[in-house]
Amino acid sequence: MGIIEAILLSVITAATPLVLAAAGELVAERSGVLNLGVEGMMIMGAVSAFAATQITGSPYVGILAGVAAGLLFALFFGFLTLTLVANQVATGLALTLLGLGVSGMLGESFLGMQGIKLQPIAIPLLSEVPFLGPLLFRQDAIFYLSIAIVAGIHWFLFRSRAGLKLRAVGDSHASAHALGVDVIRIRYLAVLFGGACAGLAGAQLSLVYTPQWVENMSAGRGWIALALVVFASWRPWRVVAGGYLFGAVSISQLHAQAFGIGIPSQFLSSLPYVATIVVLILISHNRRMTLINTPASLGKPFVPER
Amino acid sequence: MGIEEGKEGGVPVKGQIASGPLLAVSKLTKLFGSFTACNAIDLHIEPGEIHALLGENGAGKSTLVKMLFGVLAPSAGEIIWQGENVRINSPGDARKLGIGMVFQHFSLFEALTVAENIALSMDRNVSLTRVAEEASRLSHVYGLPLDPNAHVADLSVGERQRIEIVRALLQNPQLIILDEPTSVLTPQEADRLFETLRKLKSEGRSVLYISHRLEEVQRLCDRATVLRHGKVTGACDPRAETPASLARMMVGSDVAVVTAEGTNTRGDVQLEARHLSVAARTPFAVSLKDVCLKVRSGEVLAIAGVAGNGQGELFDALSGEYTVADDNAVQIRQRPVGTKNINARRLIGAGFVPEERHGHAAVSTLSLSDNLVLARHRSDRRAFLGGGLLKIIRQGAVKAATKRISEAMDVRKSGEDPPAGSLSGGNLQKFIVGRELDRQPAVLVVNQPTWGVDAGAASRIRQALVDLARAGSAVLVISQDLDEIFEVATEIAVISEGRLSDPYPARELSREKIGLLMGGIHGEAGAAHAH
Repeated sequence: MGIIEAILLSVITAATPLVLAAAGELVAERSGVLNLGVEGMMIMGAVSAFAATQITGSPYVGILAGVAAGLLFALFFGFLTLTLVANQVATGLALTLLGLGVSGMLGESFLGMQGIKLQPIAIPLLSEVPFLGPLLFRQDAIFYLSIAIVAGIHWFLFRSRAGLKLRAVGDSHASAHALGVDVIRIRYLAVLFGGACAGLAGAQLSLVYTPQWVENMSAGRGWIALALVVFASWRPWRVVAGGYLFGAVSISQLHAQAFGIGIPSQFLSSLPYVATIVVLILISHNRRMTLINTPASLGKPFVPER
Repeated sequence: MGIEEGKEGGVPVKGQIASGPLLAVSKLTKLFGSFTACNAIDLHIEPGEIHALLGENGAGKSTLVKMLFGVLAPSAGEIIWQGENVRINSPGDARKLGIGMVFQHFSLFEALTVAENIALSMDRNVSLTRVAEEASRLSHVYGLPLDPNAHVADLSVGERQRIEIVRALLQNPQLIILDEPTSVLTPQEADRLFETLRKLKSEGRSVLYISHRLEEVQRLCDRATVLRHGKVTGACDPRAETPASLARMMVGSDVAVVTAEGTNTRGDVQLEARHLSVAARTPFAVSLKDVCLKVRSGEVLAIAGVAGNGQGELFDALSGEYTVADDNAVQIRQRPVGTKNINARRLIGAGFVPEERHGHAAVSTLSLSDNLVLARHRSDRRAFLGGGLLKIIRQGAVKAATKRISEAMDVRKSGEDPPAGSLSGGNLQKFIVGRELDRQPAVLVVNQPTWGVDAGAASRIRQALVDLARAGSAVLVISQDLDEIFEVATEIAVISEGRLSDPYPARELSREKIGLLMGGIHGEAGAAHAH
């Protein structure tokens, strides 16, 4: 395996959790709910996945545990913001702080343990294709899942009736309610989906990226995912573009630092952020399309008048 | 299903047989806390009739129809549909019964296409292509041209209303409810709507037509039920009544007629726009194209037009909420002010009343006196602020001015100085207009002065505008209400797609002519879309 392939493989591994978490948050935001707790749900996914894998010996049980943890946190968020109509921003921030704290507590006994890595699955025939085969078709289940989820979200949002209802709720919850759409139910489902994706992203961190448990190992990726959603103007494939670009620039700047190029490391470390923002702004320069794609009732609480 | 049937308890309307009214409402009541929005309403609608629901803003019309459509739950009373007592828990229930609704504030999704908007209201899972086909078929049958793939955000208000009507028709309803449908239409568009409604009637469907416009109710409707303060105050054949008698039922007393007799003495040009062009600020805004206008002292120039043709942008440019690059493009009292901000324009004697009462002209949570200071702390600094550089608010002077304005404009409020949000729309609007009139401005620019205001307050405000011009000020009124325009204007111009027509003396202009100008200089817009 050449150096190029090795770099590209590490780019994919770095980008997958961002894409997953951002895709889930995209669905929640398309329904009009701003969940700033992505980081918290992600780290809970990471610690749960690691713990379940250690206890059962199966990383697949770990994946399920990670998703379950994300779901549980999202359910809590949904109960507070949708049923009790708490402020979404404050609740989301609290969810992140809670997740970071609880995961540290739960993960204490797993610190320093040797992790079990999720093994790649080679897809017959396709994995034999030179260059692309080992890169794209000899990957782990979470990578395949991440691409399937984005494709599924795209189909769901723009081709299915349920997705149309979800976009309608995000555009104007009052109008949707007047048409008889169950706003709260749709938002619950969207928030839960977002939580499951964030949990899965966390599982990828502790089972694939660095198969071990370290406190705060999500390292701000939840926040990057949140930013990706906005800069991708709430469109699924742009989230993939943004996620991979971010992954690519982060990995290359690491290599650049290792080579010792005479550029201050602080500048190089900031490159992924700058590059991602610039590129996503450039591709979303069409303001009319951006406005059409922005959920107009994002972050606004809904209380049906009865 | 959510629809409960109670045949034993039902059919209580006296003398009614099975082929009785399509819809009967008995003692329907809605309470919001201690406020009774609808108080024991009785109403019945026969098959194949156009029934008017008349009433001022806040009379309880919208609350009533929201209960009929399952958006609000009644506190008490019965709804009897085709002889059966029903409970309508959701709009889905209403649609299953055969009730369709066209909302006043459209329940459309701007980010979605026409076909997507229509598909959302259908209960069955129908493919978008089928919805689009069916929608275009219906829109042709009823003369309501639509492009299924257009985004709603790009459509005019009239086109948006057509979507709502087609959406309701797709359900094949027995009863169609329209909430203030003509408030956003040109006279020609309204005529076309009336044709559609008569066609629906000829098919045996019923229409519940909600309006406060007497003239069209008399033209269109077979029967009328009048609401005031949440109660039924009359049921009549509108064609047998006079506008004055209908107005009395609506308002409870005679409405003062705005008097504008005699000639105003015209003076110098006080407000002028010279080839004013402004680019659209957002993708959905309108750009102003080479707008020229002159208002002399003693004149009321009214600018007519259908909503969303650049009225807001024109107001922003004249008031200085958004300045323009060319200082000479806007002139107030013959001084160039295009690049000056709103306070600089106020200081040379102009006053401005923007369109939205809440959040723009007034802060709802602040008291009236605080709102007064917010608007005039620069232009009337000496009157309201003391302590030199400390700029301490002189509470006594502010309170006195609040009282003076409230008395001059007959503002009815609870307490001395209540929060702006606690006033009814009409009373708050009277206060906001009064706040400017109190300064006796040489130039007054008002956008939609009586939008959503009850008839009594509207006539008070219009009279004040007429009187201001009579006293020698230049007044510019931007309005969508043609009745209002003819009541106050000495000159009329029409804005369409950001272009302003030449001004015409009000006496020489007919409604038909205005309607044609509203459709745009390059022919009639609605008809152009139709082909």
